Amino acid sequence: MTTLLSVHGLKVAYGGIHAVRGIDFEVASGELVCLIGANGAGKSSTLKGLMGLVPHGGSIHFDGERVQHAATHTIVARGLALVPEGRGVFGRLTVAENLDMGAYIRRDKPGIKADLARAYEHFPRLAERRAQLAGTLSGGEQQMLAIARAMMGRPRLLLLDEPSMGLAPLMVQKIYETIATIAGEGVTILLVEQNANLALKVSHRAYVMESGAITLSGPSAELANDPQVRAAYLGE
Amino acid sequence: MDIFLQQLVNGLVLGSIYALVALGYTMVYGILELINFAHGEVTMIGAMVALSVIGVLMGAAPDLPGVMVVLAGILVAIPACMALAFGIEKVAYRPLRKAPRLAPLITAIGVSIILQNLAMLIWGRQYVSFPPLLPVARFEFLGAHISLLQIVIVVLAVTIMAGLWLLVEKSRLGRAMRATAQSKEVAELMGVNVDRVISATFIIGAAIAAIAGVMVSAYYGLAHYYMGFMLGLKAFSAAVLGGIGNIAGAMLGGLLLGVIEALGAGYIGDITGGFLGSHYQDVFAFFVLILVLVFRPSGLLGERVANRA
Ligand SMILES: Nc1ncnc2c1ncn2[C@@H]1O[C@H](COP(=O)(O)OP(=O)(O)OP(=O)(O)O)[C@@H](O)[C@H]1O
Ligand SMILES: [Mg+2]
Repeated sequence: MTTLLSVHGLKVAYGGIHAVRGIDFEVASGELVCLIGANGAGKSSTLKGLMGLVPHGGSIHFDGERVQHAATHTIVARGLALVPEGRGVFGRLTVAENLDMGAYIRRDKPGIKADLARAYEHFPRLAERRAQLAGTLSGGEQQMLAIARAMMGRPRLLLLDEPSMGLAPLMVQKIYETIATIAGEGVTILLVEQNANLALKVSHRAYVMESGAITLSGPSAELANDPQVRAAYLGE
Repeated sequence: MDIFLQQLVNGLVLGSIYALVALGYTMVYGILELINFAHGEVTMIGAMVALSVIGVLMGAAPDLPGVMVVLAGILVAIPACMALAFGIEKVAYRPLRKAPRLAPLITAIGVSIILQNLAMLIWGRQYVSFPPLLPVARFEFLGAHISLLQIVIVVLAVTIMAGLWLLVEKSRLGRAMRATAQSKEVAELMGVNVDRVISATFIIGAAIAAIAGVMVSAYYGLAHYYMGFMLGLKAFSAAVLGGIGNIAGAMLGGLLLGVIEALGAGYIGDITGGFLGSHYQDVFAFFVLILVLVFRPSGLLGERVANRA
């Protein structure tokens, strides 16, 4: 497997607060990797660093090229997409316009149209509500929209920040089915979760993050059986 | 009755100019939450540049039809204002984008003063008159007089507003502008070059302001280095009346303010028994501004926003 993303010594600090303290990790092409950790562990900061949304140190290589210190929109153009924590849908844009925004970097009109049809097919809820303002959607529908919107850009690496946050179990299940489907289509995914149980089930490999550092890593099935992880993150 | 209709006509003409200038305030506010006080001065510079070009052309090519001369003035004023607004945003506002909101606001006032003084140095303190180049024609409509210039102003203003509406609602740039207005961070995540969208917003507003500047100087027959102050303040009031940040609101607010002002000026003498005359016209804009700020700060079409200052 070829390495798609490799991160060395990534640091993110906000003033005097060191949110990420020099972490190393890799994601191979086609993999679904998860990053789990408690509140404030630095997971979101890691993703924001990757996307160039916050100042950061260390080195980030995507597909063999250095990407750090590039503007966010140029990183997006290279094939990274982030579904941010809290979804980040444009509330005063319609569902359809949100999806159009997801395809902003693309110029291939027929391809966009086909992908839009696929998105609506996959999420009939969004199709029904395509002319509705995104701000009027339920939390779960907004999460679907955020994921569908990110996919409209045909990313090579999809970063998901706590897609299950604040959702009812049935909706969480639906979202995770979607993630599995996307992964099945060959899209590489880095999934951040507090819900370690789910994340470890769906992913190939996992990293555990604590206070800005990676403390454990390995195949998800192994970590799910690790007594330390079970005690700390699986509530046992 | 016919004074009512006459003032209504005059108000709609003036109001469509206010609406054009108000659009510049509201578009920038919508994206940056910044009141770009220098926008009135950009309008003034548009008028001044156009008048300079007109003056030069009248000397160099006296046989050119008047309409062509004015058109040439507008066509130079537009890119001049676009370049100016691009520069203002880049030099004065961009470095302060992450600063507390008071900093860019004070900077905007500073830029506005600098531009006024610059204009005074270039064009002098005296009024610059708009030469009688445009064909004069008057029509009567239900007892009210409407000049050809008035008709042209309204038709042009409505066309520009319709064009802007299409741009914002239907184009890729317009969608990016609306997305950026809601969240710069998420817009960047969609691959939008937010800096470029912000520049585009300033540039579009300035192009419209240049046209409005020429309109207002053609309408009153003069321009002055200080004209941007009052015009800007009125347009800002119009934007607030409509709901600042809301494009349809700026259009509505501009037209309404023009009408309120004209009707107020027409009747203030009667109402006060001759104590106050029509030269109190300028008072109405501020009266409206104060009323809106007190009773409906979100404006007529604006969403109710919490005080974020
Ligand atoms: N903009 C910011 N300014 C200052 N401190 C911040 C900022 N964003 C995050 N932090 C701090 O950085 C640390 C890591 O935050 P981060 O959001 O990355 O954690 P997280 O692992 O995503 O947590 P959660 O699971 O709650 O989302 C926290 O201590 C947080 O308070
Ligand atoms: Mg987080």
